[in-house]
Amino acid sequence: MILKGRVWKFGRDIDTDAIIPARYLNTSDPNELAKHVMEDADKDFPSKVKKGDMIIADANFGCGSSREHAPIAIKAAGMQGVVAKSFARIFYRNAFNIGLPIFESEEASEKISEGDVIEVDADKGVIKNITKGEEYTAKPIPPFMQELISAGGLIEWTKKRLKAS
Amino acid sequence: MTITEKILAAHAGKDKVVPGELILAKVDFILANDITAPISITEFKKTGAKGVFDKGKVTFIPDHFAPQKDIKAAEQCKMLREFSKDYGLELYFEVGRMGVEHALLPEQGIVASGDLVIGADSHTCTYGALGAFSTGVGSTDVASAMATGECWFKVPESMKFVYYGKLNKWVSGKDLILHTIGDIGVDGALYRAMEFEGETISSLSMSGRLTMCNMAIEAGGKNGIIVPDKITEEYVKGRAKRKYKFYTSDTDAKYVDVREYDCSKIPLTVSCPHLPSNTKPAAELSHITIDQVVVGSCTNGRIEDLREAAEIIKGKKVNPNTRMIVIPATQQIYLQAVKEGLAEIFVNAEAVFSTPTCGPCLGGHMGILAKGEKALATTNRNFVGRMGDPGSEVYLSNPAVAAASAVLGRIAIPEEVL
Repeated sequence: MILKGRVWKFGRDIDTDAIIPARYLNTSDPNELAKHVMEDADKDFPSKVKKGDMIIADANFGCGSSREHAPIAIKAAGMQGVVAKSFARIFYRNAFNIGLPIFESEEASEKISEGDVIEVDADKGVIKNITKGEEYTAKPIPPFMQELISAGGLIEWTKKRLKAS
Repeated sequence: MTITEKILAAHAGKDKVVPGELILAKVDFILANDITAPISITEFKKTGAKGVFDKGKVTFIPDHFAPQKDIKAAEQCKMLREFSKDYGLELYFEVGRMGVEHALLPEQGIVASGDLVIGADSHTCTYGALGAFSTGVGSTDVASAMATGECWFKVPESMKFVYYGKLNKWVSGKDLILHTIGDIGVDGALYRAMEFEGETISSLSMSGRLTMCNMAIEAGGKNGIIVPDKITEEYVKGRAKRKYKFYTSDTDAKYVDVREYDCSKIPLTVSCPHLPSNTKPAAELSHITIDQVVVGSCTNGRIEDLREAAEIIKGKKVNPNTRMIVIPATQQIYLQAVKEGLAEIFVNAEAVFSTPTCGPCLGGHMGILAKGEKALATTNRNFVGRMGDPGSEVYLSNPAVAAASAVLGRIAIPEEVL
């Protein structure tokens, strides 16, 4: 899988309240959530973001709540994925479970600037910065997580297991 | 092995597990709330499962936007109610019978020592105080576990936190955990188990332990956990509705980091906006004026917390420039507060005394902040916009500091009002 897009840059400890504020969580409709994505980190973000864009963040992206609405909002806004130095644990598993590609890379997080166009080879874990002509590596995705992705997310994986049992 | 590794191994049907290992483990209990369960229900139905794996081991608790604050919230709560009925879930906690989930489940003996519990709520780590492995997951994890009775985990590395020395007056479990988060940072325990021990923990009440484990997630921790002892035994005995088991950590168990804290040096602590790790001694913040004080939540809404706040505010009034909202975390705590006269103390002090809800903690309802307003709360998070407008601010403290601050209308320590 190759993802190519323009990036928006964010700092460290971007929490789930910043990604999708709780005041909008009286619904779980992805399209409604997408209208407010990253609103408390950058209030104009929902109007600026375009389909295919990606997020580059510093460490601990997605800290805070277990709300799956956070990766859902990012995905529903048409974004292809998130690259960060590290992810908060629950956000990390939620992203894989719902099929939002995420990559951990310190180097990419430091060297990519806002507006750069990047190309991510999800299988090889290689992040190319087309704008700057640089290349970075992402931490390999554990085999089990790859299995989840290739099954089509946790629910598809669960379906297979239920059928097999 | 550590206590965390032992519980995970036992639930994965293994003799031994090591950090980093990916396992499939059986879960003893699953919960979700009115924000997270709707997605779980939708996803569960996609699995094609005919029913949940065990009707006695799944529960939904409408506590976040409940009592239902608007039509959309009512629709979400309705989904929980109808699913519980349609699928014959044995436990469902309707408004009037419910409480803030992480206060309610231990109180009712529904989660017990040695359990493996997952919840679609990040503060599910609370039950580590009983010596259980419990952790927050997402809605889809809950959906999958509802169908299969299992969940995937990466065995975490463990960090040990040792607390010794005598606590200063009014210093509580909340101050210990805020101090710890201030020390290691909001990702200081990322992906790891946080094991709390030492002489101070041995004499800490279950209430204080629940508060500490509750906030493990605020340091990025996968779980917080305390090896069960006499205090645990007293708490679970006669309360636990299922068989409980006490696991311990081996003396040669491996920890990636060990931190020691002299508790006699830990002051009353406040987390300043906008991260729980941004801690300062409460005594240094007396210049911060406060528009709203909230005592409640899964962190500090237990009867002990209400007693502490009441002891300070008794016979006094909430400052005319400040609003105070007190929220018992469960119906049982509410009733106890009425019986003990605590409700009367708060109402006489001109505070709001509310039915159980998570409301203000996450900017849901019952105390939303306007732009520029500041709150001091006994809750667990002070992110941007957490309690309302993104231009508002939240400070975190223990209930004693919160009550003293309500009286003076600024951040204060109990001695200033007693």
